[in-house]
Amino acid sequence: MHSDPVKLTRGAGQHLHHYHGGLRLRHNKKISCLHPTVRPPLPELLVIPLHQHLGVPAEPVVSPGNLVLKGDLIGVEASSQHIPVHAPTSGRIEAIETRGMSQASGIPGCCVLLRPDGEDRWRTLQPVNDWRAVDSETLIQTIVATGIVGLGGSVFPTGKKTEIGKRAGIHTLILNGAECEPYISCDEMLMRERPAEIVLGAQILQKATGAESTVIAIEDQMGEVRRALEPAIKDTGSTDISLIRIKSIYPEGGERQLIQVLTGQEVPEGGYPADIGLICNNVATAAAVATAVTEGKPLLERYVTVTGNGIVEPRNFMALLGTPVSHLVAQCGGYTGDVARIVVGGPMMGYSLPSDQQPVVKASNCILVLTAQDLESPQPEMPCINCGECARVCPAQLLPQELHWQIKNAQWEDTESYHLSACIECGCCDLVCPSHIPLVEWFHFAKGEIREQSKQRSLADHARSRHLARDERLLRIKQDRLDRIARRKQALRDRAGQSRTIAEAIERSESKKAMKSPPEPDS
Amino acid sequence: MNLPILTAGGAPHMPPQFTIAGVMQLVLIALLPGIVAHLWFFGPGLIIQIVLAVVFALGFETMMLKLRKQPLRLFLGDYSAVVTAVLFALCIPPLAPWWIALIAMLFAIVVAKHLYGGLGSNVFNPAMVGYVVVLISFPQEMTQWLPTRGIAETVPGLADSLVAIFTGQLPAPLNWDAITQSTPLDTLKTGLDSGRMVSEVRSSPMFGDFVGLGWEWIANWYALGGLFLLYRRVIPWQVPVALIGSVLLISLPAFLMDPANNLSPLQHVFSGGLLLAAFFIATDPVSGCTSAWGRFWFGVGVAVITLVIRRWGGYPDGIAFGVLLMNMAAPLIDRYTRPRAYGQ
Repeated sequence: MHSDPVKLTRGAGQHLHHYHGGLRLRHNKKISCLHPTVRPPLPELLVIPLHQHLGVPAEPVVSPGNLVLKGDLIGVEASSQHIPVHAPTSGRIEAIETRGMSQASGIPGCCVLLRPDGEDRWRTLQPVNDWRAVDSETLIQTIVATGIVGLGGSVFPTGKKTEIGKRAGIHTLILNGAECEPYISCDEMLMRERPAEIVLGAQILQKATGAESTVIAIEDQMGEVRRALEPAIKDTGSTDISLIRIKSIYPEGGERQLIQVLTGQEVPEGGYPADIGLICNNVATAAAVATAVTEGKPLLERYVTVTGNGIVEPRNFMALLGTPVSHLVAQCGGYTGDVARIVVGGPMMGYSLPSDQQPVVKASNCILVLTAQDLESPQPEMPCINCGECARVCPAQLLPQELHWQIKNAQWEDTESYHLSACIECGCCDLVCPSHIPLVEWFHFAKGEIREQSKQRSLADHARSRHLARDERLLRIKQDRLDRIARRKQALRDRAGQSRTIAEAIERSESKKAMKSPPEPDS
Repeated sequence: MNLPILTAGGAPHMPPQFTIAGVMQLVLIALLPGIVAHLWFFGPGLIIQIVLAVVFALGFETMMLKLRKQPLRLFLGDYSAVVTAVLFALCIPPLAPWWIALIAMLFAIVVAKHLYGGLGSNVFNPAMVGYVVVLISFPQEMTQWLPTRGIAETVPGLADSLVAIFTGQLPAPLNWDAITQSTPLDTLKTGLDSGRMVSEVRSSPMFGDFVGLGWEWIANWYALGGLFLLYRRVIPWQVPVALIGSVLLISLPAFLMDPANNLSPLQHVFSGGLLLAAFFIATDPVSGCTSAWGRFWFGVGVAVITLVIRRWGGYPDGIAFGVLLMNMAAPLIDRYTRPRAYGQ
């Protein structure tokens, strides 16, 4: 029999484990860690998308011309999640319009345009006075109301995750500080500069979820981070928070890989980490929770790395959500010249921006500006030679070459049995493929296709069942009517036996009907 | 501030780490030590065979790419036809007539590679298809091996080799019967079949420490190149380890029970084309298995078939047949050795 995985994950971080595959990549993080993080001056205009989280877009609750204070609600999700969007600074709502948004799909969405008044005036804040004294319900409500989502890039609503963890009765909270993609250093700088906030956030999340202990995972080469976090943990006097350094083999900072490294256990297919007694939050999310609970401040800004060979002076910013990328680039001294691509996120999983006018959103951890040399000339795609390198590096233990073949031939059922859904799109297979097949693009496309198909299928099923029900109903109504008529006739006939006159009357009427029915030729 | 002209593109936004041409070039580099050893022991015939095979292979490749309307530059530049040609040239007698390479490359490139769909789609290893076709069709030409340096006083020079390969004539006073001899493995097999013992056959001057004098050194140098490929992760370790390991393990009991009539495990490993195949031929990704365990069983299968043919078959060496037969089984093996996905 299998032993209980929830028990097996209890000692998270006590022994470190391996996960399958992965790649050692050049880090390129140091270039953006040379300067302390600063807040850039207020931009001319903030563009705040109303869809910055995983789920349904929020609806605007302001109108053009409205004056708002910093922290005022400007949008709220109408669904059960109620993920709000707040005004990042005080000013005037200039417009509400549909714009191309900063997200991978590039689908335009509703954005609120805010002209800052330069005063940056807060609305009255309502912090939780003593987070230790309140119950976890209050904490979760505060997390939801302050619009906090996973800041590692997943933008999963943190309130919902906390509630899932609480309901599942998790025992361990994992804080993910293993920022594994090259170039990105926003979490590293945050941990170096604000260790106390992260530890406080850990304590609050631990209380909100009911977890017994917290593991903060960082990469083994983050010496500065360790020197900052260790005293911060010690200061709390708490013994249930531990700092674990793990090997930097990309993508060890992926949620599922990190859990495997810390516990040796895998999150079951289609399940959540909470199913095996854990939840995993980004360190930046924890810091945002601390600010939200102790100061009452909603999520209005985040650490953003602006880096790459296309940037004169790479560095980190504490940027207001809605700040245009070009504004941050200007604060770094501008572009170096031969800029070829602007990527949001890291070079392995980030997506390219159509222009530098796009705003920073809750998911933007890094603005990576690449030059032509970084990208090299695009290599022509060759046929797959079955070398199996993709399978060797795949952290989800998939067979990318088989999946690629199945997708090309539209064998969707096969991709399911080869577990396409377990693909985390980390890009390892793509990078090692000697035939330069854009595997991740294929997988991304196929996942969308399968989703669309299952949606269509369920719609079609729905329509079919409605159609069948309608047919059945009509048939039943017709049958009922026929039955009624038959019963009535029968009843009349039965009575005819008793009364001859009625029978004769029926006969007369029927013979009349018979005579009438073929119309007379000369009438 | 000047606005940059941006390019869009999917992740990852990094140049790829490998190319097919790069992988093939590494394979060719890894073959160099073996080629040098071969040239030392057999003379310059091999160079002529390599040139011939490469020219024929590229010619057929160009023809087929044109017929199939594929980009010439891209596919000729992938070096896959060159690797096929060189591997084939290493398997044949150094003074084999020129048309042997022509016929073999016709079957390797046209039939085994392009008629099956070109690069990446071939079911069988093209070099081995070419080799087996000429081995079966022209047994006389394919068994005329030269004695190695150290047995013969001299090895044929470049001019003599050229004349021999292109005219079939040897300059006086040489003649075919005098200079050619069968391979050590062939000699052993014929000897054992006629009732002699291994030790008797091995007393012939053509044998060295394990097997043929010179042959074992060529095998050593192939293995050295193979270790380089393992180190560079160009080939998977499972195939050579399973193949060599199985040969050692399976031949050991037979040898221990009856050393007079069975080759020792090390003789098996250093004989014939076994080490060349273990590192360079059975490791061909296209026609082999993909999963780690699949590759292991592929290696085991090649070893078993080779040993069976060496012991009971009509050919002194069976490695080429082993590889081709396992090529057929590869998709099936892959099907039953699928790795478990994360969270499964």
